[in-house]
Amino acid sequence: MSPPPHPRHNPGPQAAALPGGLPRRRVQQHPGPLWQLLASASFRFALFFALLFLLAGLAFSGVLWWGTAGALERQIDSAIRADAVALAERWRDGGDPAVVDAVGERLALDAEDQTLYLLLAPDGQRLAGNLARLPEVYQPDAQWYGMTVERDGAQSEARLYVLTLPDNSRLAVGRDIGEKIRLRALLTEGLAWSAGVAILFAFLGAWMLRRALEERLAPATTTAALIANGDLSQRVPLAGREDEFERLGQSMNTMLDRIAHLMEGVRGVSDAIAHDLRTPIARARSRLEEAAEGSDDPEALKGALERGIADLDNVTRVFQAVLRIAEVEAGARRAAFAPLDLVPLLEDAAELYGANAEEKGQTLATDWPAALPMTGDRDLLLQAVANLLDNAVKFTAPGGTITLSAGWEEDAVLLRVVDQGPGLSAADRGRVGERFFRADQSRNTPGSGLGLSLVRAVAQLHGGSLWFEDGHASAGDDAAERQHGLAVCMRLPVA
Amino acid sequence: MRILLVEDDAEVGRFVKKGLQEAGHTVEHVLNGREGLFMAAGENFDLLVLDRMLPGGIDGVKLVETLRGQGNHTPVLFLSALAGVDERVKGLKAGGDDYLVKPFAFAELLARVEALGRRPAVDAPATRLKIADLELDLLSRAVTRAGKRIDVQPREFRLLEHLMRHAGQVVTRTMLLEKVWDYHFDPQTNVIDVHVSRLRQKLDRGFDKPLIHTVRNAGYMIRAEP
Repeated sequence: MSPPPHPRHNPGPQAAALPGGLPRRRVQQHPGPLWQLLASASFRFALFFALLFLLAGLAFSGVLWWGTAGALERQIDSAIRADAVALAERWRDGGDPAVVDAVGERLALDAEDQTLYLLLAPDGQRLAGNLARLPEVYQPDAQWYGMTVERDGAQSEARLYVLTLPDNSRLAVGRDIGEKIRLRALLTEGLAWSAGVAILFAFLGAWMLRRALEERLAPATTTAALIANGDLSQRVPLAGREDEFERLGQSMNTMLDRIAHLMEGVRGVSDAIAHDLRTPIARARSRLEEAAEGSDDPEALKGALERGIADLDNVTRVFQAVLRIAEVEAGARRAAFAPLDLVPLLEDAAELYGANAEEKGQTLATDWPAALPMTGDRDLLLQAVANLLDNAVKFTAPGGTITLSAGWEEDAVLLRVVDQGPGLSAADRGRVGERFFRADQSRNTPGSGLGLSLVRAVAQLHGGSLWFEDGHASAGDDAAERQHGLAVCMRLPVA
Repeated sequence: MRILLVEDDAEVGRFVKKGLQEAGHTVEHVLNGREGLFMAAGENFDLLVLDRMLPGGIDGVKLVETLRGQGNHTPVLFLSALAGVDERVKGLKAGGDDYLVKPFAFAELLARVEALGRRPAVDAPATRLKIADLELDLLSRAVTRAGKRIDVQPREFRLLEHLMRHAGQVVTRTMLLEKVWDYHFDPQTNVIDVHVSRLRQKLDRGFDKPLIHTVRNAGYMIRAEP
């Protein structure tokens, strides 16, 4: 049995799923030029506006028509009817002769030679008027007729009103409307011309609109295409106009800046991991290698192994910190948010690190109100305060004072850790909080350079911010000996 | 203690099993969750040490949930490479009693295993804890050594209480941080050591026999004999 020629025609149970999918995919794969045109939003906008324009033109022509040609027609009809009614009055007063007189009178007065009359006796005899006969398609119940009349050797159109008088004689009153028809033709011609021009303008306008839209969108599209090709340094060129396209370009650029910043962060982390993890790993490796090859002294061997383990533990800690920061920065940890009072937490932190400060001969001063209720992640907040206190203890000289304070600032808690360490230069302040950044003065103190990164990430997770100020200016007059100190401020919104 | 170890990594499993056996425990080691559940439900163990992620369709969390659903309350210690706090919470919510992140020091694992396996009986709340000549009155919160009153701060009292409740067992720094301070975080420095050494000074001043011992590479232990 040969296989079916086309999988689409396979009558198997799974065939039912196919027909829906296949044609649609095909349309997307091979869009024709017309489909492409219809799919273009700018074309559809333009088409819409062209149609709107034409619709407006049509309405305008309609009103114009009704107001000119229509009005003329209505005017003629009412004049005919009035004339006919007047003649019928005459007949009632004086019978046929009176009508004959009146018709004669009117024809004599009609200088433009537009009026038509005909009075027929009941037997069909023509009694008066300038019309040769009644319309051929005369019907007893109809009153209005249009007919072709021969006048002065020329064909002309006429409009007639036929009235049957009580004695069955018939009276026809009419007007030659040849002039009017010529006028109407003229008007029609004019409207047709203007419609043509309007259509032309509509499509020209649509085309221009489409061009303009595409032109304004082109920078964004080209930039996006270049970025898709891998050149992240591209930005949408801005023309300096304050319009929607400009705003689109601006938001695209902001987004790209943010992405570039994040990419840089990732690159920075991998560089830093490469540096800060490679070093202890290399150290551990060389120690273990040396131990494996070198001495037979069991004590030395054991020492080398233990140091290797300690190095690996350090690697694990740095690694954990990097992962923790990434976790916090991704905002994934909001799950652990709960209402809490910051005061017991600060007391715990002060108690934990106060002992360390005391060991170093430092004083830890504290200051906060009775309660600081807020919403947050207890462990992360303690970690942040702990990191700040740990830094402060590390950088303050023996005998110095560290201050941990917290208080309300509008609807946020302002937390400050002030030390009497060497402080930070303005340049370093901008870089502190970057992963693995360590100011030059701190190179000799232990630490991974991740502490403040985590604090900043925690602050941001709580919708807050972190910044640095000078500690105090009070320590010593000698400029060389002066220790500016550093105040790390963390603002945490309550909600 | 009779311990069931469910760990799919053969090397880690072998290492943990050997260590626990050297510490005097009997260890059954299985490699997947299905077998682990079968054994845990069918036999009596004093403690389960479970990897969080296991092959065989039943992971550590599922295993504990099933056991707890059957009314089995054997203490469970999770071992996991998943360090996220949410993961830890998930493990404890499922019925785990402790959670240790890989890589870990064996001393930390052993200390936690022994702490879990010999938990004090809940139905007999002691009012006094005693070790050698050191006495702790849990009601009046008074500490005396050889009849002499020693002033300690509330946190130091809790620290001492925890050590004494686990007398003769190693208590690691992280365990103290978790149990006495009730925070899960990385203290960066030796904060716990500072607190323990302060407490030690208060207790041992004037006595020639130290009670709080430092266990190298592990933590602290309170015991009568040196």
